[in-house]
Amino acid sequence: MTMLESAAEVAGRMRPSIRLAGPRWRAVRNFLLAMLFLSPSLVIFLTFVFTPLVRTFWLSTYATNPIGRPTVFVGLDQYLRLIQTPDFAYSLRVSLLFALYTVPTTILVGLVLATLGNMRLRGIALFRICFSFTIAVSGATASLIFLYLYHPATGPLNYFLDLLRLPRVNWLTDASTALMAVSLTTVWLQIGLNTIILLAGMQGISDEFYEAAKIDGAGFWASFRHVTLPLLSPTMFFLLVMDTLAALQAFTQFQVMTKGGPMSSTTVVVYSIYREFYFNGQYGYAAAQSVVLFFIMLVLTTIQFGVLERRVFYQ
Amino acid sequence: MSQRVTLQRLLTNIFLYALLIAAAIVVVFPVYYALTSSLLSTQEAATYPPKLVPTGLHLENYTEALERAPLLRYLLNSTIQSSIVMLGQVTLASLAAYAFAFIDFKWKNLVFLVFLSTMMIPWEATIIPNYLLIRSLKWADTFQGLAAPYLATAFGTFLLRQFFLTIPKDLRDAATIDGCGHLRFLLTVVVPLARPALGTLAVYSFLQTYNQYLWPLLITSVKDMRTVQIGIALLQDEERFAFNIVMAGVMIVLLPTLTLFILANRQLIRGLTAGAVKG
Repeated sequence: MTMLESAAEVAGRMRPSIRLAGPRWRAVRNFLLAMLFLSPSLVIFLTFVFTPLVRTFWLSTYATNPIGRPTVFVGLDQYLRLIQTPDFAYSLRVSLLFALYTVPTTILVGLVLATLGNMRLRGIALFRICFSFTIAVSGATASLIFLYLYHPATGPLNYFLDLLRLPRVNWLTDASTALMAVSLTTVWLQIGLNTIILLAGMQGISDEFYEAAKIDGAGFWASFRHVTLPLLSPTMFFLLVMDTLAALQAFTQFQVMTKGGPMSSTTVVVYSIYREFYFNGQYGYAAAQSVVLFFIMLVLTTIQFGVLERRVFYQ
Repeated sequence: MSQRVTLQRLLTNIFLYALLIAAAIVVVFPVYYALTSSLLSTQEAATYPPKLVPTGLHLENYTEALERAPLLRYLLNSTIQSSIVMLGQVTLASLAAYAFAFIDFKWKNLVFLVFLSTMMIPWEATIIPNYLLIRSLKWADTFQGLAAPYLATAFGTFLLRQFFLTIPKDLRDAATIDGCGHLRFLLTVVVPLARPALGTLAVYSFLQTYNQYLWPLLITSVKDMRTVQIGIALLQDEERFAFNIVMAGVMIVLLPTLTLFILANRQLIRGLTAGAVKG
């Protein structure tokens, strides 16, 4: 190979890359430009979401000193401890029961309120505000109000029971009713968001479907069952996933109303996590509980997507 | 005949309004109860049967809650915290949403997925390291500690991106020809057009932060730095406050968010459901 030939070959190889240099340079430039816009968010996510997630896994394999510094690598010991102590299984059961009490009830009540709010009547906007305002209410204030609604001696709920000549209930102080009482508060808190989203879903259903149903002689119930419900199923599925995740992460109500009691009947997993790391300084043990709950939520969401989404009717 | 139809319609309407009113009473009752209780005298508040209709206007409960509980200080703290988070979220989400909507770059879908995945990670999976990090930075009991973890929002980015996508690309092309850079285009064209979506995000992030409980509970321990939700919950713990005063405090804490909701509910609802349902 002569010098000249190799030079020509080099030039030949160069030429297409020179032609490419324009678009390629632009691709690099665009990427850097996009990163400039994205980096503030990415830095926050990296610092406060992704790194901590990894650190939670890592922390769960260490014993820690009282200020949370990992000291001794213990491998899976914390997880073994979780399996061996009945407390964790119990708190898991409480968490799942809580989700079972709150999620279907919230969606059902939301469905009733959204149906009422979807009627074309004068003044309906005011009713919609009444049905959705709890989205603006905080967990702490709702818990305080319900604490007094549930007051065993002077609370209105027991007063209503008295009026109906029914036996009084020790709502929050009785281990058999406390979880139910906290659930009721939670349903009330979540009604706002659920009603808003269901109402939007209902308004997204085209009138044509209802007119067709009317022509077929369908009354209110028939068109609700055969038009509204199937067309609303994607919205209800979305809420099922969101509400389940929210229920398994609920904390404020338990902290303000019951502190996990009476007799740990309301010690949900997140409350147990909080107690272990914040009061007992058991960071590794609490991290192991977080990891288990994280995977349970992941599995539940996957199941919901895998099993239920197939039954959802997309328009 | 037509008279019978109108009569029937009238009866149906009466029935429907009765249903609506009954449902509204049940949903509103807890807040109504808090309001009437906050107007009772301390003696009335402890009686049985409970007074469900106000007998007087004991507004001194409100001044007492404000003075004795330092609720004003807590309100100020919460307002500062929520404003920082709101500004941060609106700014950071606008920048990120702009990149997703207006810049063609490699791995865009992957980066978008990274953003969305943060919505799937529950707080309990990150809270312990975050708490330890803020402590080790000596940011406990500071506003930067309260706000920093919440400055970015995947939900908000997604919401704004959906809106930005409705802005015609021609506008961007024309601006490029005029030599207008991306940042200037974002500030002078996109932001004014996207004001409704930005408003929705601002209201939503303010509400969320103002109502936050666990994070401020973990990282504030000094009285002066407590936020309003922690402060109000402590009112009840301390037992030195009568029930009517606690409820006056609850009403004070609720007032800003309820007002914000009533003023902005249409925009908030439209914005949130566009993000949630179409997503």
